[in-house]
Amino acid sequence: MAPPPPPAGRIVFLSFLLTAAVAAAGVASAAAPGQEEFTEELLLRPLPDRKALAHFHFRSSAPPADSVGRHHHLFPKAISQLVKKYHISELELSFSQGRWNYEQWGGFDPMSTSNAKPPGVELWAVFDLPLSEIDVTWKNLTHTLSGLFCASINFLESSTAFSAPRWGFKLNEGNLRYGALPREAVCTENLTPWLKLLPCRDKAGIASLLYRPSIYKGYYHSQKLKLRSSQSVGIILDQTLTVVLQPNTVSGKQLHSTRGQLQPNWSMRHLFNRKLSGKCLVSKSSKIFIEVDKGIADKINKTGSDLPWNNEFFKLSNYPDRLIKDLNELEVQSSSLYEYDVSQYSEEQPFDVGITWKLPLIWSCVPSPFHASRFLMGSGNERGSIALSFMSTNLHKQIFGSPNDCSIKAVIFQVVPWYVKVYYHSLEIFIDGNRKTISEVVDKIHVTPSEDKLLPGTLEMLLRFPCNMQSATLTLDFDKGFLHIDEYPPDANQGFDIPSALVSFPEFNSARSYPEIDASLGSPLIENFQEDSIVKSYTEALLVPLTTPDFSMPYNVITFTCTVLALYFGSLLNALRRRISEEERELKKTVTRHGLIRLWLAKLRGQKVDPMESGSSSELAGSKKLLFKVVFVAVAAVLFHYFSNNS
Amino acid sequence: MKSLAKQDTQPRPRLIVRLGVFLASHHILFSVICCSAGIIALFLLPSLAKNTYLSENALIPGSANPLFSTEDGIEANRFMKGIEAVAGDSIGGIDMANFIAQQIEDLGAEVCYHKFLPHSKHFHPLKFFTSMTNDMAIQPNGSDINFGINTIGIVRAPRGDGKEAIVLVTPYNSQRVQSNELLSLALGFSVFSLLSRAAWLSKDVVWLSADSQFGEYAAVSAWLNQYHNPVFLSHTVTLDTKMYGANHIYDGSSENKGFKTFKRAGTMAAALIFKIGETRRYGDRDSVMMYAEASNGQMPNLDLLNVIHYLAVHRQGFRVNVAAFSSLLSSAWLRVIAEIFHTLGSVLRKINPDWKLDIVVPDYVEGAANLANSIYNQALGVPTGSHGAFRDYQVDAVSLEFSPTFHVKNENAKSLFLLRGGRLIEGVVRSVNNLLEKFHQSFFLYFLTAPSKFISVGVYMIPFALLLAPLPIVAAALADGRNMEKTVDELIDDNKADGITDILQSKGGSWKWLQAAKVLFVIQLWAVLVSLIPYYITQIPDSTPLQSALIWIVLSVVILIALYVIFGSPYSAGVEWKLLKATMITSISIGLGLMSIINFATAQLGALIVIPMSLFSRPLKASGMSFLPRAVLLASNVAIAVLGFPPAMLLIMKGLSKGSWIGDIGDFWVWMEFLWEWSSATYLYIFLVHLPCWLLCIHVLLHPCHQPAEAKMKQE
Repeated sequence: MAPPPPPAGRIVFLSFLLTAAVAAAGVASAAAPGQEEFTEELLLRPLPDRKALAHFHFRSSAPPADSVGRHHHLFPKAISQLVKKYHISELELSFSQGRWNYEQWGGFDPMSTSNAKPPGVELWAVFDLPLSEIDVTWKNLTHTLSGLFCASINFLESSTAFSAPRWGFKLNEGNLRYGALPREAVCTENLTPWLKLLPCRDKAGIASLLYRPSIYKGYYHSQKLKLRSSQSVGIILDQTLTVVLQPNTVSGKQLHSTRGQLQPNWSMRHLFNRKLSGKCLVSKSSKIFIEVDKGIADKINKTGSDLPWNNEFFKLSNYPDRLIKDLNELEVQSSSLYEYDVSQYSEEQPFDVGITWKLPLIWSCVPSPFHASRFLMGSGNERGSIALSFMSTNLHKQIFGSPNDCSIKAVIFQVVPWYVKVYYHSLEIFIDGNRKTISEVVDKIHVTPSEDKLLPGTLEMLLRFPCNMQSATLTLDFDKGFLHIDEYPPDANQGFDIPSALVSFPEFNSARSYPEIDASLGSPLIENFQEDSIVKSYTEALLVPLTTPDFSMPYNVITFTCTVLALYFGSLLNALRRRISEEERELKKTVTRHGLIRLWLAKLRGQKVDPMESGSSSELAGSKKLLFKVVFVAVAAVLFHYFSNNS
Repeated sequence: MKSLAKQDTQPRPRLIVRLGVFLASHHILFSVICCSAGIIALFLLPSLAKNTYLSENALIPGSANPLFSTEDGIEANRFMKGIEAVAGDSIGGIDMANFIAQQIEDLGAEVCYHKFLPHSKHFHPLKFFTSMTNDMAIQPNGSDINFGINTIGIVRAPRGDGKEAIVLVTPYNSQRVQSNELLSLALGFSVFSLLSRAAWLSKDVVWLSADSQFGEYAAVSAWLNQYHNPVFLSHTVTLDTKMYGANHIYDGSSENKGFKTFKRAGTMAAALIFKIGETRRYGDRDSVMMYAEASNGQMPNLDLLNVIHYLAVHRQGFRVNVAAFSSLLSSAWLRVIAEIFHTLGSVLRKINPDWKLDIVVPDYVEGAANLANSIYNQALGVPTGSHGAFRDYQVDAVSLEFSPTFHVKNENAKSLFLLRGGRLIEGVVRSVNNLLEKFHQSFFLYFLTAPSKFISVGVYMIPFALLLAPLPIVAAALADGRNMEKTVDELIDDNKADGITDILQSKGGSWKWLQAAKVLFVIQLWAVLVSLIPYYITQIPDSTPLQSALIWIVLSVVILIALYVIFGSPYSAGVEWKLLKATMITSISIGLGLMSIINFATAQLGALIVIPMSLFSRPLKASGMSFLPRAVLLASNVAIAVLGFPPAMLLIMKGLSKGSWIGDIGDFWVWMEFLWEWSSATYLYIFLVHLPCWLLCIHVLLHPCHQPAEAKMKQE
């Protein structure tokens, strides 16, 4: 896939020239912020369950439109047109496959709060428009994005698919729209248009690591596009790709057991099956970070090793350019970042960094205050309940100490499609096995009830849990609705989805603080890490089996109905056109002629057939003869068939 | 001549009416033909069975090479050795659960325990069908010492969305450990360990090692209940510590606190229960027994059975069996029937080569034995294994029982067996995993005559329809014939009376059926009361089955007498036996029709007894027949009436199956208890359809046939 290597001499010259140019550009950008910029970064992190996280972050930014007109050098034109046309002030579109494991991979860091997304597609946008125009704009936007990203985002167009949360998702003035498609399958066809927005695509720079078989083999895959636009700063486009990969162990196969084993050693070449040959030449900065969690960083600090990149637990294959330490509120170091600048590497001297473990290490990531999970209760096609359960991770003890009278806020945002008819009055809350009244726990609730085939139901709820609570469960009863025949998917289906609910904890902030580095010069990735973001977690998507009619039924119904109608109209017509007096006359005429049925009838009425009546006996004999003939012919036919088959 | 004139003035009746009248007039012939045709069709069923086929293309069983390798077999052996050591030391079942949980955790999968109490089954007469699913999960509370622990491992599909799950179940008895159960645990673990590394999974996999000390079904159904209908109002948090052995489980492991919380995966797509039975010394091939019948004759989708059969036979070389009535396999009369059908079939085939009825004799006999067992199990309405618990939640499930042929010490044969068993289960999981929709393609209503042969609903309805067809005709004939006789009688009696009184009288006569309907109503009421009595009898503490049965019978008789005192005895009201019989037949056809919707097999078997009983019934005192037919009819009446009495029926069934003819009336109680514990609709059938019918038959048999004469006397 890599482009053929150009002659060596030229490349040295070219790279020199370009480095100079980029350096010049960097200087220029520092001087005048009116330039378009592109940065590329990659963050790698070992995870406690022997996997590795890779987070690609690309930022393109364009200055305010009036300063540059409508032409761009680096910034994708499609996006800027989109922003201008639909007056978007913020937009986030994510495609995810797999589930973020909040227990193992952490739930309290910027990675999980802003990059863990629900399976399928999630789209939200804030518009800078009058409220009345927003719904129409949203519909157009979904179609545009659908075309841009080769995905069925246009299904979010229908009013049953999106909602307008006020504060449960993100505080806004009614100009935010949110929609999710949990069933959307994510694959390379979505990645390719996403890569097209990058100035170097995947031909050079960090994006060249995106070898499809490796990144789609992972345990979690989430590609995201985030747009921010304003008059003052212009448009900022953040493209991130978060993957969780399973590094291959030395023996080439995974071990059966994890107990007492070393973490697998990995390097970039292992993970992506690619080497990094330099940066994308138009990028302002191109950096790779390796992050180690608080669990490891604490242990390193305890041992007091001199070389932070080669301590008694692990060794990084390259010497890092910089070590950035994160300090939390209590001024205690939590995690550390090893920074590598890849701009000096080239095709001849490719960059590769890896981690080699020396001691078996068990650590765990910081969880979110409550582990939220959602499940369905009940069985059958008629009704059920949605339950949302919170299990305490006892995080508050670490953060607040252990006061008993404190409380933790949690915000639930949930969109339920209309065919799941939730009875919001049936909300029940159990805390540690005791039923609580709603007013005890719910601080604020905002419900938009669903309307059949028109609006999904939206639930925004602010809860206040006591700190010492171990588990809480919320249940909501629902009835399953009936769909119209054309609302069913064309093929047999497994059921219908309820999109993931979002649980956020507004009192907890996952922002990192890196006091050692200057915020303005830092990389966008670290900037994002430093941004205030409340701790969030998405719950599982749910599958509701609805009554699926037998679709051959309409045919049966049509045949049955037609038969019944035919019988009805037949007898009605018969009754209408019948003239009884005429029939009687006819009867009298034919009374002397007894047919076979007439004879039987007479017999079963207990009447003796009058033997004296003329012709009747002869007719009887005649009918017998006829019967005999028919039987004879039938037997002959059977015999003929039998013998002809025999021969 | 008056009648003739009348006939002439009447318009000719319509064809359909004439046809009905014709059939009614020949009702005896018609019912004999239909019933015998029905019984012949029933015996023809084994030769009408079709080969199964995979109708869902997405399943594509066996298209991928199995990944289960010898290393997984070694893994199973390692697990086996470990758990044997633990089982040897352990006192309760907790150590084993702990060991399994630890192994699962080492795989990197999620694990949790589920504690449950033995489910005490109660008779809920008012929520008969719903009691199974709507029971709230019972949590062990502090006072209970005796509880079971299920260990649940969950593999999350790497890139799946977690909306669906496949369940694997291996039952084992934690109190009495047997080596074959340990082997099935080892097989389960090795498959689970393979699946935990599988990249192709799209549905989560749940492995339930069910603690079957209270029975497999109890363990599985308790887990399913907790999965679907959890109770949040409980005090588990405080009471856990009080429990015996509870601190044993959670000893010093704050990280393992996750074990406590019940974990779930998504909606269940299918479930596979597998266990390894006793090893056999004989037999050429390892065999797999499939059990599929769930409660009230519900079956899993046929495609699930097809996948298992295909993979087991064509890929892994197992012999697949379904349960059969072994006594039928060697019966001579069945062989004779098979011979007859074979010759008939070959003749028919020569006439038309498309009629493939000439099934060879051994196949027919085997098919009939399997079919009989299939019908019997469905008719009983009691699940044949823990897969029944899944079916109550609309999950397709099958039980597999492996019976290997190797010697216990033969390690090579054992590992080969593990390899094949593992590949079979892996293949089934893989097929179900491929499925993007619910099982919907194939059949849900079928009987199995062989693992790869089935009779679909369209075919097996024919015998039942044939048996049921004469009922309305006979009822109509009886009701109408009585009228007709009467009118004719009256016509002969009072020739001189004018037409108006004639019509009036015949009209008055047509309301006579109300009397019979009242009798029917009283008897149905009695039947409902009789079916409810056991609820009160079960409240009596410390009663033996014999006592309970006797109380039941005495109470039933007392209620019957009391009802007769209140509403009047059927004979005193002067109901004619033909009307009574007509009403009875009507109620039977309604009852059987309803039952055929709930549980077809019960209706089918019931029809075989009830329909001859009702059609043959005729008062013992009735005259109007020559001696020989009357004697035959009388004898058959008495025989069928004895046979139709439910306890007698049970005794005969026991005698036929076990050969012991000594019956205890207590057995009947035990049997009925068994039926209602499992919420079998057969219980309702026996008491709401069969018993009233039998009592009405007795009424008809004992009918004093002088009412019409008396009535006539009164009229005169």
